[in-house]
Amino acid sequence: MEHILKLALERAEAAEVFSVTDEEIPVEFEANRLKHIQAKQSSIVALRIIKDGRIGYAVSTDSDEPEGLVSMAVETAQFGMQAKYELPGPQHYLPVQTYDPAVELVSLEEMVKLSQEMVDAAVKANPEILCDAGAGKHTASISIINSNGLEAHCRSSLFTLGLGGSVIRGTDMLFVGDSLYSSRPVVDAGPVISNVKRQLEWAGSQAKISSKSMPVIFTPHGVENALIAPLASAFSGKMVLEGASPLKNRLGQQVFDPVLNIEDDATMNYQAASSPFDDEGIAIRVTPLIRAGVVENFYYDLYTAALAGASSTGNGNRSGGGLPGPGVNALVVKPGDTSFEEMLADIKEGLIIEHLMGADQGNILGGEFSGNVLLGYKIENGKIAGRVKNTMVHGNVYDLLNDLAAIGNDARWVGGSLYTPSIYCRSIAVAAE
Amino acid sequence: MPHINDIALELKKIIAAQNVDYIEARLESGRSCRLGYRGRELETVAESASTGGNIRVLHRGGWGFASFNRFDGLKTALSRAVEGARLAGSGSSRLAGTEPVTAVLPKPRHNPQLLTLKEKKELLDGYNDIMWQQAPLNTSFIGYSDGYKTTLFLNSEGSFIEQSRADINLRINAVAGKDSTVEQSGISLGTTGDFNQIRGLEKNVAEIADKAVALLKAPRAKGGEYTVVLDPVLAGVFTHEAFGHLSEADFVYENERMRELMTLGKVFGTSQLNIVDDGTIPGLRGTYHYDDEGVGARKTYLIREGKLVGRLHSRETAAKMGEEPTGNARAISYRHEPIVRMSNTYIEPGNATFQEMLEGITEGIYVKNWYGGTTSMEMFTFSGGEAYMIRNGKLGELLKPVVLTGNVFTTLMNIDAVGSDLEMNQGGGCGKGGQSPLPVSNGSPHIRIRKCLIGGQ
Repeated sequence: MEHILKLALERAEAAEVFSVTDEEIPVEFEANRLKHIQAKQSSIVALRIIKDGRIGYAVSTDSDEPEGLVSMAVETAQFGMQAKYELPGPQHYLPVQTYDPAVELVSLEEMVKLSQEMVDAAVKANPEILCDAGAGKHTASISIINSNGLEAHCRSSLFTLGLGGSVIRGTDMLFVGDSLYSSRPVVDAGPVISNVKRQLEWAGSQAKISSKSMPVIFTPHGVENALIAPLASAFSGKMVLEGASPLKNRLGQQVFDPVLNIEDDATMNYQAASSPFDDEGIAIRVTPLIRAGVVENFYYDLYTAALAGASSTGNGNRSGGGLPGPGVNALVVKPGDTSFEEMLADIKEGLIIEHLMGADQGNILGGEFSGNVLLGYKIENGKIAGRVKNTMVHGNVYDLLNDLAAIGNDARWVGGSLYTPSIYCRSIAVAAE
Repeated sequence: MPHINDIALELKKIIAAQNVDYIEARLESGRSCRLGYRGRELETVAESASTGGNIRVLHRGGWGFASFNRFDGLKTALSRAVEGARLAGSGSSRLAGTEPVTAVLPKPRHNPQLLTLKEKKELLDGYNDIMWQQAPLNTSFIGYSDGYKTTLFLNSEGSFIEQSRADINLRINAVAGKDSTVEQSGISLGTTGDFNQIRGLEKNVAEIADKAVALLKAPRAKGGEYTVVLDPVLAGVFTHEAFGHLSEADFVYENERMRELMTLGKVFGTSQLNIVDDGTIPGLRGTYHYDDEGVGARKTYLIREGKLVGRLHSRETAAKMGEEPTGNARAISYRHEPIVRMSNTYIEPGNATFQEMLEGITEGIYVKNWYGGTTSMEMFTFSGGEAYMIRNGKLGELLKPVVLTGNVFTTLMNIDAVGSDLEMNQGGGCGKGGQSPLPVSNGSPHIRIRKCLIGGQ
C-alpha cells in the first residue's frame, strides 16, 4: 500500500489508499438438502487522490500494478469534483472488538450440522416445508492510509446463520425465515428456529381482513423492511443538504412521537456492523438521530460535511467500492418497556406486519410507503387470528411514527445493521381484496 | 499479473486431472467507468479494473465453488472447490447433455471504454443543464456506468469459450419538492455498448423535470381495485417480475408442489397471451452467445396462447426435470455461481390499439414507467412512475405514482387486451440470489388488466 501512496504522490498533492481483502465461506442447503459449499476470496484496492484541487478515484482488484491504478485516478481527476475537504490526519479510535479468531476455526462439518439442525426443526414443525438454509464464516481486513499520516487497520470476523422456508398449496404460498449475525461463532441455532416456528404457527390458518384504517404492530423484521429505508435516507446529510429530505429544516424540532429514540451506533463489541473507523478512517462514534422524538443530528461523510459546514460523523461509506458517501453504520432503535403480549392484548382489531413486500418502491424520499403484506397476521380481540393475504398497506413514515401507541421491549438485531424492538402504531390504511 | 488466457491454459490441464463428476472454470477481465451527478455537481468519476476467476465442481450432486482474484492461489482454490463438492455431495450428479463448444466469439461492435471521459461528461453535462433550466428542482441524479469484459469458460467436457460483452446503463432522475412533499420522475435506459443510443435525449430529460414538478400538485389515487392499462415499460417489468421469475426452473425443480403448479400445458392466461424469453436478439442487453455453463442462448416460449409451454433452465434443472437446457444459467461476475436467469423477456404483440383498450373503462388508471418491482412467486408489487385517471374511455388528470400489487396467477388471467405496439425496455438490471444488477431487457405492448389492486388511502 505504501508504494501505491508514494507513486500517487509523485503526481498528486494528496492521496489515500483503501484496501480490503476478504474471504467468505458459506455452506448452503437447498430444498432441505446440503447442496453448495463455497470459498470466495477477493481483494480490492482503491486510490483517491487530490490533483490540481480535484478528486480522482480508481479501484482495482490487482494491487500488483500500481501504475495502472494511479493513471486511472489521474485521468478521472481532470473532471472530478473540487476537493472541498482535506484528508484526515491520525485519529483516536474507540477500542471496538470486531474480530474473533474462533470464527475461522469453525469446521465445515460443524456449519453443515448447524444448518441441518435448522432444517430438521422446520420440517418437524411443518412436514410440508421446503427450506433453504445455511451458515457462513467471513473474515476481512481493511486498511486505510493517507498522505496526512492517517493509518487505520482493522480485522473483522462474521458468522451468519440463516433459515428460509416455503410452504406451497396450489397457488397459495407461505414464506418464513430468520437469520443471525455475529462477529463470534454462533453455536446455537435456537433463536432462528424458534422464530421460524412461531411464524409457521401464527400463519397456520388464514384470517379475513377488511379495508379500513387500523392499529398495526411492526415486528423487528417488519420495522426493517417497511420503515428503515425512508428514515435512513431522510437523516443523510446529503439529502438534507440537497433539500430532498423532509427533515431538512427540522433539526431540534419534535417530528416524531416522544417515545421514539434512534441512534447510529456501530461501537458495540462483536456486532456485524461494528468497526472502530469508517471507510475514510474517521473514528466511529454514537450519533443520536432522534431523541425523544426530536431530530437531533444528521449523519455525514467528509465531503458532505465540508459542503454543509459540519463535521464528519464517521459515516463515510463506500458501498460497492465507490467513492465514500454518507451511509448509516448501525441503526439502534431504543427499546421501550411494553412486551409484545401487552401490545397484542391492547388491540381489538389490527394487523401485525412481519414482511412487507415492495415497501422500498414508493416515494421513499417523501416518507411514503405502500406494499403488499407478504407475511402478516390479523389481530382479533387481543389474539392472533391467522395470516392475512392479498392485503396492501399504505402510509407515511412521518405520520406513523408520530402517533405511536408503544415501543416493545423485544429488541434484537435484524439483518446485521439494525437493532430494533417491535413498534406499535395507532393507525395504518389497509386495503384488502 | 499473468493474462487470463495463460491461466486458462494452465487450468485446462489441471481440471482434466481431477477425479470428480464435472468441473469447470471461468476467468474474467474487465474495465468499467462510472459518472455520477447529484444536483448540478459531477460528484463521482471513477474507473475500475477487475480480474478474477472461479472453479466450480459437481460431485455426487453437490456443488463446490471457489472464487479468487489472485492467481497465485489456483491450487488452493481448486482443492477448496473439490473438497466442497465432495462434502456437499451424497447422491448422483445430473447435468443435461450438451455438445462441447470451442469458440472465440466476435468482439462486440462497440466498446464504451474507448471513448474519452470528456465525451461522456459533455453529454451528461448537457442533460443536467437542460433539467435545471427546465424546472425548479430540489435535486437531480444522473448515474452513468459502462463496462467491457472478456470471459473465458472451460470445462471438463472439453468446452473452451471466449466471449466479450459491452454494456452501458444510464438513469436520470429529477426531484422536486414543496413543503414536506418530495416527488421524482426519471428515465432509465441501457445499450450493449453503443454510446450513440444514449444521445438525443434532450426532450425526454426536459419532460422528466416538468413531470417531477407537476407531480407535486397531482392528487393521489384512491386505493382499491381498478381496470388498469399499463404502458410497454411497466408491462415489461410486470412480465419480468410477475411471470418471468416463476418460469425459472430453479424455483421449481426440487419442489413437488411447484412442479404441480407449473405443469406444462396448464392455462395461465387468455388465448391472446404469448410470453417469450429470447437471448439471441441482436442489440439487446440480455443477449449473449453462450451462457455461463457454455450452453447456447435461444428463444424459449414460456406461454403460448395462454398455456404454459416452457421454462428457463440450467443444465442441472433441465436434467432433473427431463427437459431441454435453454442456456439461461448466468452469473453476474466471476465471484458467483451461475443461476437460472432471464435474458430478454417479453409479451408478444397482439392487435388492440391503445384507444380500444381505454374504451369501455368507466373508471380506471393508466400507469406508465416504473420505479421497480418485486415478486414472491405468488404475489407481486410494482411501482409506476406516473399515472393518469381513465374516465369513460378517456385519459384524465395526472395522479401521484401508484403501487400495483396482486396475485400473479389471477392477474395473468385478468389480462384481457394486448396491444400491437411492442417496445423493449433496456434500463436497470435484475437481482436474484445476491447477484444484481444483471443486464436483462424486458418488453411488452400496452396491456389492459381487469381488477388490479392499487395501493392508497
